[in-house]
Amino acid sequence: MNRNEMTCVFTSKSQNESLARMVAAAFVAQLNPTIEELADVRTAVSEAVTNSIVHGYGDREGVIELRFLSEGDILRIQIRDYGVGIEDVELAKQPFYTSKDTLERSGMGFAVMEAFMDTLEVESTVGEGTTVAMTKRIGADDE
Amino acid sequence: MEVTAYRCNGALNVELCGELDHHAAACARRELDAAIAADTNCDVILNMSRVTFMDSSGLGVLLGRYKRVAANGGKMYIYGASRTVDKLLRMSGIYSLIERIG
Repeated sequence: MNRNEMTCVFTSKSQNESLARMVAAAFVAQLNPTIEELADVRTAVSEAVTNSIVHGYGDREGVIELRFLSEGDILRIQIRDYGVGIEDVELAKQPFYTSKDTLERSGMGFAVMEAFMDTLEVESTVGEGTTVAMTKRIGADDE
Repeated sequence: MEVTAYRCNGALNVELCGELDHHAAACARRELDAAIAADTNCDVILNMSRVTFMDSSGLGVLLGRYKRVAANGGKMYIYGASRTVDKLLRMSGIYSLIERIG
């Protein structure tokens, strides 16, 4: 089975959201994604990274670990921060729920990740941080 | 994110150009609000054809602008979204608030 892996660590600055998307696209390119699959992955990564920046760290600066694994045609992505953590993950995942009402957040981040990826798992400990893990089968159109 | 606004046929046409993510949101918000404030009481037509990327942060910006325009009694329209941006807009249900005209 063809296996590949890459980890990227960066500061939780919003300017790195675009960088994270580019890195994701570069890794996924190896799996011969369709344009739609590529866009889906870039968007899901953008959502998770943004959550770490906005919610995980807020006004602080911290570290975000972006890890990519591919096994055959399955892509696994893990986004980990060491921020404040999520008290109630199920509540956080509810569409339109946001804990940052004043910032004009749509509350759709997790909903987008769930819609655009095949699986989504969120693990979090208050005061320690959050890990978001997503998978997607890439090149599903390939015969 | 670049925002260009001009009046045409009684409506405010707004062209967005670039990536509409959390990083670009603050600037996009400011520019859009300035354009809308300068031209109240009219409908707003958003041209998304040069938006190269959008995520839910961008949705937040559009929703916030929709609320302002609606509060002023105006309607908002949207067109030109690429297939991937359209997928996000469709998924969010925002088309029930901002009418898709192309």
